[in-house]
Parts: sequence; C-alpha cells; structure tokens
Amino acid sequence: MNATLKIRRGASWQSWEVPFEPGQTVLDGLRWIRAHRDPSLAIRFSCINANACKECMIQVGGETVYACTTRLAEGEMRLEPLPNKKLIKDLVTEIAPPDERLK
Amino acid sequence: MLQADVLIVGSGAAGMYAAIAAARAGAKALLVDRSLIGRGGATVMAQMTVAVAVGEEEPDHWEHHFADTLKAGRGLCDPALSQILCEEGPACIREMDEWGIGWARRDGHMAQVHAPGHDRKRCVYVDFLNTGPAVSKTLRARVQRTPEIRRTGDLVVTDLAVRDGVCVGANAVHVSSGDTIPIAAKATIVATGGLTRLYARNSASINMGGDGYALALRAGAELTDMEFVQFFPIGHLAPRLVGMDPIMWDPFRYKLGGRLLNSEREEFLAEDGRYVAARDVATYGILKEVAAGRGSPHGGAWLSFRHCGETALREAFGPVIERLAANGIDLTRQDVEVAPIAHYHMGGVRVNADMQTGVPHLFAAGEAVGGANGANRLSGNAITEAVTFGRRAGERAAALAAKSKMPSLEPRAWASSNGSTSNCAAEIARLQKLMNDEVGPLRTQAGLEQALGQIRALEPMCAELPAPRAGLDPEWMDLHDLRNMRLVAECVARAALDRTESRGAHQREDFPETSDAWQRHRTFRL
Repeated sequence: MNATLKIRRGASWQSWEVPFEPGQTVLDGLRWIRAHRDPSLAIRFSCINANACKECMIQVGGETVYACTTRLAEGEMRLEPLPNKKLIKDLVTEIAPPDERLK
Repeated sequence: MLQADVLIVGSGAAGMYAAIAAARAGAKALLVDRSLIGRGGATVMAQMTVAVAVGEEEPDHWEHHFADTLKAGRGLCDPALSQILCEEGPACIREMDEWGIGWARRDGHMAQVHAPGHDRKRCVYVDFLNTGPAVSKTLRARVQRTPEIRRTGDLVVTDLAVRDGVCVGANAVHVSSGDTIPIAAKATIVATGGLTRLYARNSASINMGGDGYALALRAGAELTDMEFVQFFPIGHLAPRLVGMDPIMWDPFRYKLGGRLLNSEREEFLAEDGRYVAARDVATYGILKEVAAGRGSPHGGAWLSFRHCGETALREAFGPVIERLAANGIDLTRQDVEVAPIAHYHMGGVRVNADMQTGVPHLFAAGEAVGGANGANRLSGNAITEAVTFGRRAGERAAALAAKSKMPSLEPRAWASSNGSTSNCAAEIARLQKLMNDEVGPLRTQAGLEQALGQIRALEPMCAELPAPRAGLDPEWMDLHDLRNMRLVAECVARAALDRTESRGAHQREDFPETSDAWQRHRTFRL
C-alpha cells in the first residue's frame, strides 16, 4: 500500500509517496522518507515506538497527534508542525520548557 | 561559553541522580542532553522492574543480590562495581520512595517479584508498565526543584575537551541555533547510556548510539568488555504494536509465567509455564529453534497467555488490556510473536569505584560504565546501576570540583567539509542491519571479519565533522551519529572477533565452549 505524505516545509508544501504495510506509523513513513528520498527533512523524535518521550507531536490533518502512534493510511495525509509553538524547521518546533532552553 | 563545577552529559536516571547528588554536595551542576531533559534516554522507556535487596517481600541482604549478579555475569563482573550496585541500591530506591515515586505496594510494603536469575523475590516496580516513566518523572521533578542545577536540552556534546591529559569540560552544539557552545567544567560525568541503536532490532531510543563511549575513547579513556551486548530474548515481533515498548511482555511473564513455544507448540526451554530461563540462555534457545525451522512465521517464537484465563489477564495487565485491544490483540484468543532484541550493553567506559575514568576529572555513570554486570546482566539491575552509579559519580565529582579551579576553554574548530554526499540516514540503517546479522547474538569468525571490513570502509565518510547549520540540521545529526556509531561498532566487532570462546551474551558458533583462558577483559584505548 502507499500513502502520500504532504508535508509543510516553511512556506511551501512537499509530497512524497511512501510504501507501507498495515500497522505502520506516520513516524515510520517520515523515517522512510529521510533514508530513501530526502535526508534534509527535519523531524524530532527519540523513543521511536514506545510513546514514552512525547517528542514527535505534530499535526496530521489538522489534529495534534503523536507521529509514532498514528497509523499510515492510504491516500493523502497532511502533516504540519504544531501551530502554537515557535517553528525551528519543517516539522520541528520549540517544545522544551522555557527554563530548559539555552536561550 | 557555559561554565559548571560539574557538567553532566545525559539526563536519564544516572545523569539526573548525578546532578542531584552533585548539587547536594555543594556543586553548581549543569545537566545537558541532546534531546529534552529526562525524556530521551533509556530510563523513560524501561517498563519492567528494579532489582534491589530491600527485603520487604521476604528477608534479603545485598550480599545475596551480589552473589546472583556475579553468577549471572559469568565470571567477568568487576566485583567492586557490582558491590556498589547491590549495596547502595536499597538507599537509592528508598530515597526515590520518599520522593513519591509510588513503588507498587502489597499489604503496606513494597511489592517484590521474582525475576529470572534471582534467588528470591527482589524486584520492585511501578504499575502498570510504568517503572521507567515513574523513575524519570520523579527525578525530573527533583532536579527541577534544585536551584543549583541548570538544565539545557537540545545540546549535542560532540567532544570532551582535554588539556594536558585532563578533562576540562566539553564542546557542544546547540542544535536549534547551530551555535558551537564550549562548556568549561571542573569535573565532567558521561551518563549517555549504551549502544543498542547499533542494532536493527533494538529497544533503544535514537540517543543510544554509543555517544558516551565515543566521547570517552577520543578523550583518552579506556573501554572494556565491548563485545557483551545483551539481547532481550522476548522482544515483541508481531503483530505490529504501536505506542508500546517492545520489552513490554517481561513484567507479565513475571506475574503470569506464560508459555514460550516453537512452531510445534513445544516449550523448548523446558520452563513449564514459569519465567526462569536467563536472558543469554533464552536468546540462544529461540535463535536455535528458528535455525532448525521451528520458529514462528516472522522468525521468532510464540508467547502464549491463553491458558491464564481472562480474569488473571485483566488483573495482571490492568489498562494495558485496552491498549492491546486498540492494537487488535486479544490474549485470551491469540498468541504473539517474540524474538531477541538488542537491549543493554554490559561493556563500556572503564572506571574505578569512585566512577573515575583513567582521564583525570572525567567520570562516567550508568549504562555508560562497563564492568558491573560482566558478560550478562541480571534482570532488574539496569535502573539500580543508573541510580547508584549516578549518585556516587555526582558526589565524587562534586568533591573533586570543590578543590579545583575553573579551567578555560577554546571553542572547537570544525572541518571545512568532508565532501561526502552520502545519505547518512541510509548508511546508519545499513550499519544497523550489518551489526544485527553479523555482530549480533550468534557470531562467527567469517561474519565478524566481513562486518569489520564494512565498518572500517565507512571511516572516510564520517572521519570529520563540518560546522552544523541552524534548525536541528538533520544531515549533520546523522553524520554526527554515524561517526560515533561507526567507531563504537568497530570496538564491538573487534572485541567479538578476538574473544575465541562463548560466554554470556557473547556466543561464537565456531567457539561454543567457555574458556578459562578468556576469563579476562578485552579493553580499548585510542
């Protein structure tokens, strides 16, 4: 099966076709894009699959979700960074508590 | 430029406990992490139990825990380090109890379960599947309430700073701005965890690529026992689960036993519905069943709780039953597939009983340290190791800092560019597959030599780091990670090739016997 991940990158959007097997997640798709299509795509995650680190929070179809627990689906999925946080790059936003930032 | 009496690199349980202990001893501590503070390491992912001789379930003494640890270590434990883990564990576990961690209780006392390799009920936990998150949360709250600890996330330490053979801090990159940040420190503690990200099948976070080993090695410290990578035998394999750590079946086997079956429905480890086989034995057993054509469809073994009945399952699994249902799994009707998964590294930075490395003013703590668990780690010893070693490293580093002057430090210079256009994310995936196939739980001379050749061939591509750009520069991060992973992978493969015997987690198909001549440590130094 294939999903089309349409990803907001700054002012523009970029789309990739991502192959997947049922059960795989949006984070799996993003990692596939980085290894096979475009390593410059910025995403933030740590625990990969355990839903422990809470770092991979993004918006999918306008809903705030964790990329690691959202399943890939056939058709187009629109991925955006969190709207209420300072954008760092692509899907990465500033999510650290203010007193844990360098500046 | 940042300054600290004690710099702690890594904010898992070892790093956070070290910061708390250093501050308590009067030091200004700086706790840095490449990810968010207290979220990115292995601790937050730990779902199982903590081995500690608190003797609440039945009488116990640290010496019994010590004896079990040495036995599991197959003759290679550093007894001084194992003793610290076992003897100081109860004080740390009780201190975290006072801080409100919420260890599971039964009839007013801490509940303790019997884990494989222990002679009695010794392992405390936090229900349900919540031990690691509770440890992280408790320590994070304590760190936040300590004004002497400054916390900074998104800071990747690229190299330790060494002058005249003495560690004077570190050089770091602030990944959101791309700025180079020198950190001067009177004492530095490496608490970056292990290396299980080197393997394709792992229970690691993305931060577990052996950063601390590479940092310490390049600074002149010694690494030991690098060949001993523990594979957790029953990591989840299929069907695909999301939102759950692959180690999750372990606590339920403590509670319910469960049956580990081959394709012919035989309990090939002869556990008889109990959870008793040591990790190295179970890993080897499963892989041998797969090799003999008796594996499960995806290449592992079946784990069955069907005989336990719904009431017992609900009691043991609590709300996890619902999370499994959301993944389409009903344990009363179906079995799941499990297989060995890289989980922990026994080897690491060589330290003395003060957690000091051979490089003056450089300490290590937690999984980054090698030696306490020998050739095979006993269940439940990882968090105990993190907190006891962290506490001791923090105290000792603070004492050294109190009698040291603040060093000065120059910012690191970057290579102009290494000219490589490779996709390092893809190279990392290739390295992980190679390590899994040839430097994994079953090893041969031919496979190890082939792996070593490929690992060395990666060196030119990642020998130097150019300056990073702003915006979490993902390609720079991959190159940084590949550089460390490659160096550490070479140590693992070389040590595994040299050790012509089988012992604990190191199993050579061509040398199946344990050799008395190899009851010694293989060490590395650049």
